Amino acid sequence: MSEASPADRAGTLGALETHLRARRDSGAKLLVPYVTGGYQGWQRAVEAAAAAGADAIEIGIPFSDPVIDGPVIQQASTAALAGGATPASVLEEARELDTGIPHAAMTYYNLCHHQGHERFASALLEAGVSAAILPDLPYIEAGPWLEAAASGGIEAILLAAPTTPDHRLAQLCEASRGFVYAIGLLGVTGERKALASTATEIAARCKAVTHRPVLTGVGIGSPQQAVEACEVADGVAVGSAVVRTLMSDGPEAVGELVASYRTALDHG
Amino acid sequence: MGEPTPSSRSVMGEPTTDGRFGEFGGRFVPETLVAACEELEAAFREAWADPAFVAEFETTLRDYGGRPSPLTECRNLSSQLGLRLLVKREDLNHTGSHKINNVIGQALLAQRMGKTRLVAETGAGQHGVATATAAALLGMECKVYMGAVDVDRQALNVFRMRLLGSEVESVQSGSRTLKDAVNEALRDWVATVENTHYCLGSVMGPHPYPWMVRTFHHILGDEAAAQCKDLTGGDPDVVVACVGGGSNAAGIFSGFADGDARLVGVEPAGGAAVGRGVPGVVHGMTSYLMQDEVGQVMEAESISAGLDYPGVGPEHAYLAAIGRAEYPSVTDDEVVEAFTLMSRAEGIIPALECAHALAWIVRAAPEMQGQTVLMNLSGRGDKDVDQMMDVLGMHGLSE
Ligand SMILES: Cc1ncc(COP(=O)(O)O)c(C=O)c1O
Repeated sequence: MSEASPADRAGTLGALETHLRARRDSGAKLLVPYVTGGYQGWQRAVEAAAAAGADAIEIGIPFSDPVIDGPVIQQASTAALAGGATPASVLEEARELDTGIPHAAMTYYNLCHHQGHERFASALLEAGVSAAILPDLPYIEAGPWLEAAASGGIEAILLAAPTTPDHRLAQLCEASRGFVYAIGLLGVTGERKALASTATEIAARCKAVTHRPVLTGVGIGSPQQAVEACEVADGVAVGSAVVRTLMSDGPEAVGELVASYRTALDHG
Repeated sequence: MGEPTPSSRSVMGEPTTDGRFGEFGGRFVPETLVAACEELEAAFREAWADPAFVAEFETTLRDYGGRPSPLTECRNLSSQLGLRLLVKREDLNHTGSHKINNVIGQALLAQRMGKTRLVAETGAGQHGVATATAAALLGMECKVYMGAVDVDRQALNVFRMRLLGSEVESVQSGSRTLKDAVNEALRDWVATVENTHYCLGSVMGPHPYPWMVRTFHHILGDEAAAQCKDLTGGDPDVVVACVGGGSNAAGIFSGFADGDARLVGVEPAGGAAVGRGVPGVVHGMTSYLMQDEVGQVMEAESISAGLDYPGVGPEHAYLAAIGRAEYPSVTDDEVVEAFTLMSRAEGIIPALECAHALAWIVRAAPEMQGQTVLMNLSGRGDKDVDQMMDVLGMHGLSE
């Protein structure tokens, strides 16, 4: 990704959403892996994932209190922090990446709040990051951030949950930029043995009220589950499976894992 | 500036509809929990407006919890310190601290909402014990998250919770203290929200918790105000309480906030959220938060597990910001001294948490000569004697 376009300033779609819509409209199912920034080998993992057919990448900026993350991503975050990772160091390293696909930062709201919304948005932009996901900043509290992100050229991705009531779901999908992140289950990030029934339900509810790409994330643990989820959703976000592979087998193995998802989604 | 509008609005009134006390508070939770917080708020408003619910709450606190707690005039310390020291005896409640007030309220509410399971975080174990107790009383399932560091220093309370039929999980993540126990309880709640109520132990977290928890503790402030009036004819000059998340302080402050008494919340030096923190967002709220230069939350460090929290309830942040209350901090050494002082002078072994309040009173006594000082004795020290035996030695003195 070279330069993120100042998306919403002009009222046009941002780089991430433009790219994902085009891919979706060409018939592809969207695949967005998550990698914990700052973890040893993370840049090579991102490049391997991109080369293996990812449509965009989520870059985690580690936070001290990752309240929506399960044990795998917690462990990677803790290790990255212990290794000295900071928001600035992760973004500096993100800037060096050349993947040819859009990047979205995933982190917790306090890091944005602490730096200030405007400065946080411009730090992302300077690092070539198009979008941001802040899972502990719900739609009802997101107003000031949505404004700052829009004027700073960052696509603010909002999350929808199985517990989100209908009236809020429609508003939230409207306000989201980049894509709508449909949380597949009641719970924290992590792989599960089977795809939860809530995964397709929430994706279907989102699809009914928005034209934006709808990606299901949290609880997608195998290529087969990704295929199942994509019977309704436009794509999937895959986190813990990727990070677990990075931690146990290194960055090259991440490329192989992502390729297995790509193949499954393409030939379903 | 216009005339002050004649308003009945209390300094510690209801927060705004979006859960704000001034600029603090809010509902910064994952989307999955937003609906649960809204549902809880609606249920609390409905229950609190129902005289039958309030009666059940008050009756349970009286017949089961032992309320009202007495107000004790500490004559020996008073003459030593040159002031009139009154203490509100929350240590005499069932389970040994003020925590039972909030827990009975929330457990009855959870039951009314049809929830069958409680989860809680605990630091010193007092809130965990109170929650396990309420779960046993009401026949609910209960799981308590406790940082591994605290499991070690509060082994007795861990056993108590298990004896009461609760599961206790030792939390290994992060600093392995109270803030990490809160994270783990939130993670549990995200996954179990349909049948589970998160019984939060202080005036923190997302709206409506700070307001609801303070409302359940209001009873101790009201009692104290009436008892002070009976004894002294009016309000005390100073009201002092320790502050972890701030629930016992909120309870006692709420009895005096609209009067003239000076309100003092005492934080540990190693967990001085108001004193050393800057506004931040964690655990569902905007408040003062100890964080590093990029916004990572710092680990609190104090001798008392119950005050090892890097944040503070949003209403305290507000009271500090408007200048209505002040939040000094005391060191572990001062606390150890106060702990022994109260034991020897009054025959009351205080919890290490409220020994912080006494430590500040001792330090500030020279400027409070002749004043009436009300301290909230939020809990008894039984849970701390094991730890203090290590600190002080077998004979209880550092001679
Ligand atoms: C006796 C006692 N006092 C005070 C506290 C601190 O909590 P809060 O600040 O909410 O009153 C605790 C917490 O464990 C406690 O056990």
